[in-house]
Amino acid sequence: MGDQQPVDINQISCPLPISDYKQVLLAHGGGGKLTQQLIQKMFLSQFQNEYLEPLHDGAVFSVNGTRLAFSTDSYVVNPIFFPGGTIGELAVNGTVNDLAMCGARPRYLSAAFIIEEGLSMEDLWRVVVSMQEAARKSGVMLVTGDTKVVDRGKGDRIFINTSGVGVVDAGINVSPKSAQVGDKIIVSGLIAVHGIAIMSVREGLEFDTPIRSDTAALNDLVQAMFAVSKNIHVLRDPTRGGVASALNEIASSSNVGMKILEERIPLSEDVRGACEILGLDPLYVANEGKLIAFVPARDSEQVLAAMRGHPLGKGSVIIGEVVSDYPGTVIMRSRIGGNRVVDMISGEQLPRIC
Amino acid sequence: MRYIDEYRDAGAARQYAEMIRKTTTRPWTLMEICGGQTHTIVKFGIESLLPRELTLVHGPGCPVCVTPLEIIDKAIIIASRPDVIFTSFGDMLRVPGSTKDLLSVKAEGGNVRMVYSPLDAVKIAQQNPEKKVVFFAVGFETTAPANAMSVWQAKRLGLKNFSILCSHVLVPPAMEALLSSPANLVQGFLAAGHVCTVMGFEEYFPISAKYNVPIVVTGFEPVDILQGVYMTVKQLEEGRREVENQYARSVRREGNVPAQKLLAEVFDVTDRKWRGIGSIPRSGYRLKKEYAEYDADIVFDVGNITVQESPLCIAGLVLQGLKKPHECAAFGKQCTPERPLGAPMVSSEGACAAYYHYRRFATELSPAPVG
Repeated sequence: MGDQQPVDINQISCPLPISDYKQVLLAHGGGGKLTQQLIQKMFLSQFQNEYLEPLHDGAVFSVNGTRLAFSTDSYVVNPIFFPGGTIGELAVNGTVNDLAMCGARPRYLSAAFIIEEGLSMEDLWRVVVSMQEAARKSGVMLVTGDTKVVDRGKGDRIFINTSGVGVVDAGINVSPKSAQVGDKIIVSGLIAVHGIAIMSVREGLEFDTPIRSDTAALNDLVQAMFAVSKNIHVLRDPTRGGVASALNEIASSSNVGMKILEERIPLSEDVRGACEILGLDPLYVANEGKLIAFVPARDSEQVLAAMRGHPLGKGSVIIGEVVSDYPGTVIMRSRIGGNRVVDMISGEQLPRIC
Repeated sequence: MRYIDEYRDAGAARQYAEMIRKTTTRPWTLMEICGGQTHTIVKFGIESLLPRELTLVHGPGCPVCVTPLEIIDKAIIIASRPDVIFTSFGDMLRVPGSTKDLLSVKAEGGNVRMVYSPLDAVKIAQQNPEKKVVFFAVGFETTAPANAMSVWQAKRLGLKNFSILCSHVLVPPAMEALLSSPANLVQGFLAAGHVCTVMGFEEYFPISAKYNVPIVVTGFEPVDILQGVYMTVKQLEEGRREVENQYARSVRREGNVPAQKLLAEVFDVTDRKWRGIGSIPRSGYRLKKEYAEYDADIVFDVGNITVQESPLCIAGLVLQGLKKPHECAAFGKQCTPERPLGAPMVSSEGACAAYYHYRRFATELSPAPVG
């Protein structure tokens, strides 16, 4: 790039419309349409290549005949300790899961720390210990890393980036582009738990028993699924943006429609209650230990049984199926029998006034 | 979840849908006042359960939608000041002003915070004595008591750095404005249950009598709405025009009297401009003189602002129930939730956003079998 002039984004010719926002908003990181726009217009338009283009959770490529998956993610959660986990566990499990959603066996992780001046050594130690414990549980090694410290006020205690490499076994081909008409859509358990665990700490909500984050590494569950079927078409962990955003992304990548049933969506009473109080739709709330699988109908019962036999998939249910109508769109039949579109969220979910 | 599940029960919904079908013999146009009710109607696909003869039009009861552009511009000017912490309910942050929204002010470095309660804003004022803390007090009679309480508490605490930018609106004058318009299509109302929880429903009797129109105080869950529709249609079919209360589990005739006393202590009734509708006499609240030091309008003296609404936007017609959102030429094209031209596309309570999120394909979606 050298001494090139800064690029005026409004001058870039691109068929996709960019919003008129002149700065990055928080909503650009919300996992919804503004995030998609930012990725398409800014990153994809410059970095365009065959590995990036599917916009999967990671890239899959071959090195000397071995198929590898490679993924990266940054963790900026506030608070850094919350019921059910720490930022460190999220950082390990998140990247392990991104690799698992590529169909890979995660192997090696890097960890980069951006630490704000003033973080107590005790807190840093808690984070590091929780990372090692998460790595041990999921069977990965933290093999390289980096540390930076920034001035007080220039960070938010600690930010962590992890990248990871995993191996994709022969015969496995999962991709967000592969959903097919007739596929059953399986969710691995109660949704919206992580997001509500974080929100209830931030908003000072108290429950009889605190809602604990569902953060967990899903690679072992995924292997249990592959053991009964290599025909799984799509895997996705519905993190930021929740189940609704994940389904919309897949509907659009695979150019198929989806029909889901509201009464099948697994929700706990306390999470439902918190969502009602906070004015949030649980379909858009983040998960950190759940996956969505698209499985051909003929294999769906075995895969469902395998998932239910695994501790992290006990609550698995088929929530709907892929249809030929309305390509790119997710339709939900409500509890009382009406139909509606489940759209991708625009930016952040904003609670309603009343 | 108690008090929720009973009112989302498929069996009960089916029963009311059937009763509505049996009762309806000719076309009727009903309006649900409140944006929360609009949200439920589209979210649960209630219209697909109703007979073709019934038309639901979506009323002006979305606080985000009816807050005038001038006030939003004023909020943006105040929020941009370096000495201010500007606090607001979540969905006001994305309402477009003339040039930008409050989220953009935040991205530019303004101290803009989302709160769930105006009392949180009072706390922020206590914790930040060197800053002026402003709360964006919008909404109907529902949010007014908590907003009044924030000012009342601030005065008791002797806070000198707290104020509210007040744009409160009142439901009954808006109903009268709609009913007295020659273009009015509405033959029956589902009144807003939460507004009536605070205010009771005494004030609807003269409106019902004067305009010969049924008014049924209605709740917010799908079965509430269906029961409210049933009660309204039954009145129309039987030739009755009365005030009835579907939402009796929450609403008493006299309302919440202590809340009303607090409102009378803090606010005066005043003329108010409604975005898309225009000025309606005695249709809003402003702070009383005794509370002038908590009035952001006076504290910051931003002055008069003149604004230009998008010529494409038909929000006014939508809010009056004269057009449906998808009848707007800009709907889903120039106007989307990412780039709203008018406020009803912003809030999930806004009729346009509700249609965009949930009903874009409604004309193609066949009514689903119930159950």
